[in-house]
Amino acid sequence: MTAPPAGGCRDLPVLRERGQREVFCGLTGIIWLHRKMQDAFFLVVGSRTCAHLLQSAAGVMIFAEPRFGTAILEEKDLAGLADAQTELDREVERLLARRPDIRQLFLVGSCPSEVIKLDLAKAAERQSARHAPHVRVLNFSGSGIETTFTQGEDACLAAMVPVLPQTAARELLLVGALPDVVEDQALALLGAMGITPVRVLPARRSGAMPAVGAHTVFALTQPFLADTRAALLRRGARQIAAPFPFGEEGTTLWLRAVADEFGVPADLFDSVTAAPRARARKAVAARAGTLRDRTLFFFPDSQLEVPLARFLARECGMRPLEVGTPYLHRDILGPDLDLLPPVPVLSEGQDVDRQLDRARAQRPDLTVCGLGLANPLEAEGLATKWAIELVFTPVHFYEQAGDLAGLFARPLRRRALLSPGAALEAAE
Amino acid sequence: MKLTVWTYEGPPHVGAMRVATAMQGLHYVLHAPQGDTYADLLFTMIERRAKRPPVSYTTFQARDLGGDTASLFRTAAQDACERFRPEAIIVGASCTAELIQDNPGGLAGALGLPVPVIALDLPSYQRRENFGADETFLQIVRHLARPMARTARVSCNILGPTALGFRHRDDLAEITALLEEMGIEVNVAAPMGARPGDIARMGAAHFNVLLYPETAESAARHCETAFGQPYTRTVPIGVAATRAFIAEVAALAGTALRPDEARLRQPWWAASVDSTYLTSKRVFLFGDATHVIAAARIARDEIGFDVCGMGCYNREQARALRAAAKQFGVEPLITDDYLEVEAAIAALQPELILGTQMERHIGKRLGIACAVISAPVHVQDFPARHSPQMGFEGANVIFDTWVHPLVMGLEEHLLHMFRDDFEFHDAAGPSHHGGHAPRSLSDAPGALPPHPQDISERKMPEAPAADSPDAAAPAADSIVWLSDAERELKKIPFFVRGKARRNTENFAAGKGLNEISIDTLYEAKAHYAR
Repeated sequence: MTAPPAGGCRDLPVLRERGQREVFCGLTGIIWLHRKMQDAFFLVVGSRTCAHLLQSAAGVMIFAEPRFGTAILEEKDLAGLADAQTELDREVERLLARRPDIRQLFLVGSCPSEVIKLDLAKAAERQSARHAPHVRVLNFSGSGIETTFTQGEDACLAAMVPVLPQTAARELLLVGALPDVVEDQALALLGAMGITPVRVLPARRSGAMPAVGAHTVFALTQPFLADTRAALLRRGARQIAAPFPFGEEGTTLWLRAVADEFGVPADLFDSVTAAPRARARKAVAARAGTLRDRTLFFFPDSQLEVPLARFLARECGMRPLEVGTPYLHRDILGPDLDLLPPVPVLSEGQDVDRQLDRARAQRPDLTVCGLGLANPLEAEGLATKWAIELVFTPVHFYEQAGDLAGLFARPLRRRALLSPGAALEAAE
Repeated sequence: MKLTVWTYEGPPHVGAMRVATAMQGLHYVLHAPQGDTYADLLFTMIERRAKRPPVSYTTFQARDLGGDTASLFRTAAQDACERFRPEAIIVGASCTAELIQDNPGGLAGALGLPVPVIALDLPSYQRRENFGADETFLQIVRHLARPMARTARVSCNILGPTALGFRHRDDLAEITALLEEMGIEVNVAAPMGARPGDIARMGAAHFNVLLYPETAESAARHCETAFGQPYTRTVPIGVAATRAFIAEVAALAGTALRPDEARLRQPWWAASVDSTYLTSKRVFLFGDATHVIAAARIARDEIGFDVCGMGCYNREQARALRAAAKQFGVEPLITDDYLEVEAAIAALQPELILGTQMERHIGKRLGIACAVISAPVHVQDFPARHSPQMGFEGANVIFDTWVHPLVMGLEEHLLHMFRDDFEFHDAAGPSHHGGHAPRSLSDAPGALPPHPQDISERKMPEAPAADSPDAAAPAADSIVWLSDAERELKKIPFFVRGKARRNTENFAAGKGLNEISIDTLYEAKAHYAR
């Protein structure tokens, strides 16, 4: 494997921005978490805005009766807090009566519930006692004043860690909600190397939740899980540091870090990974032609920006101009920062108008941004990739490496198709 | 506290955004946490707007709460004025900022900004999106419009079209053209396309045309009181309503000019024999009250449907809807709970739903055809082509749109005649819908004649979605379908099967029967024959 190049991004100065942020709040994470945990329900305690956000961000696309809902605070709830607790108990009773299949209920805090200091921890404790053992009630905050987009998943998983059972077993724990198909691929690769059993947080069903203890070693599959990581460390578990499993290189380094921890012989590692590595390289190469030498600009969104920039720069030959991320966790992203060739601007936080000025001045070939900015930038002639697709699409590990490159290549290919002039430019 | 899964309306500040985004030269400084910026995507994605909505969010965070969120707001307001150079700003709070009581209006007013500052007070925990739009537009008009001399030629303002409205862009174009044909100038159309400077000269119009009471009734009333401008009460959706609107406008303008009706095709399309099959099809209507009331009249009087139920989600207009429902002899359904709407539709088993994007999904689930007549709507209801609801072209568009989801007349007969034809079967849906293309034979067991072993089984293979709601109907619980009758029911085409099941069960319940045979099925058919 390639050695980390001299002069990665770990010690680059960071442009810290603090202004208007154009990002989702953590409630958005419910949209994929409720699909991942099939016996869980997410009850947001919030306002009409929260309900409208969930609906607008994804709701109308998945109109099956979802396993999430919003208990909308009304004028009378704001008047007295004791009242709000009783009202919440009543709504939970109704919900659980209607959905007997629910085994885990998450009370999800929102901006208004945080501001009025509605104690959801107390509510969760009380309701857990009432509905045990059938339903476990936990709480976390997905509020926009505390969480940005993918931090909602972090808050959810972090809330689960303290109640995971204790174990003394030396087991590998994978942490992060992945599409089932991707998770199965990862488990198959690890299994082929003889690493079993492997536990997963979050499990698909409450009965399968992992145990954790001083001999647990864990590997993150998502870079935004800082609080979950801290909670696991508090339980005595130990983290395997690695770049994130995006692309052929990222996946191989991630698997190797895990394999080394479990003493997997090098020849076994090579025999297990050789074929999927070759497939991943080939699939990425098929798309990389469109991406090579193109400039790239990341608006902050999912916290996947640094590992993705690393993948796009090293495996697809793109040239990042600015890599913006809502939060830069050096403890977690260190291995990716080491690999990322130095970028002109590494920014944390956001002042969206200033950042738009920078993007317009540089006119990147591809801009990765949220849904609110994508069409306006397209209208200004900049090709964009909606960042939200990166958390809704299977993109991790070998078999998805080509798809991941394809997500970035498609907007460029499309522009070339729609406008022959652009196609000529692309050919130059 | 109220548990909500899907909502028809957003919070009131989204209504304010619809007004701000429709206008030019106006900026909205919104005190709100970061997540509230999701609202931008409503405009940039669903409506495909090529510009960001003119909104600056303060995006305060938890760490700011102990400190000084007010200064964040001041900075945001000043920065917005410098960067975007608006002619006026509106300022307000979203639900969370309402709780921290920073008073955006007072803060912005004290900044000495170089442009008019219009403060919005939108109670997030009581009111909703349409109220927010209506109130915002009212405040803008109150602050900026002044009495002035009338234009020399007769002119009017057009009030109501906003961003994210259902066909507002096209309605505005259609009605502007119609007024032009009548020799009436449009002084100002607002909010859509208007600048603050245009609002200031609204007083010059002779009268106002109110297109959407949901978003502009308060402003129209204000103009009536403040400037003595009468406003139109007829919403020109449908042929009769458009003609009534023309008469109302002609009286207000004192003009004898009438628009050309040559392009109006809807009456002939409805009268031509191909449309016979539309006769008395049962329709259920739900949406905002204005669109629902107009659509109910079209359905009954201009297409010959039978209105079996109607309702609206906006309580502000509930009175008008109740009055209309009374005229149609149906129970009004005033609710913003889509589960209640779904239950009403499941119980009524209409042949066509005219609703919002929510009802489209309900229709999909219940196997009932649906056409969209009202906001909220999704990206596919912002068509590239000119597609108004209002005026004569609107009537043409409505006919096409409502008929499209239905099975065509001759096809209905063919489906009745060749009930079990494995290639021409009803599970394929209307033949002109690509999305319902027949499944390949190998994976469509329901499309083939029943396998011999099924005949002995009491329970038929899983019923399609169209039947499922009835299974839960209380009256049906104790009634058993004999297998012959169940098989016979399956031969009835899907678009009437739900109704047939419901009618038969009601009939059996009324007769005190607890078994349904083939005879019961046909006795019920004869009983309900129209």
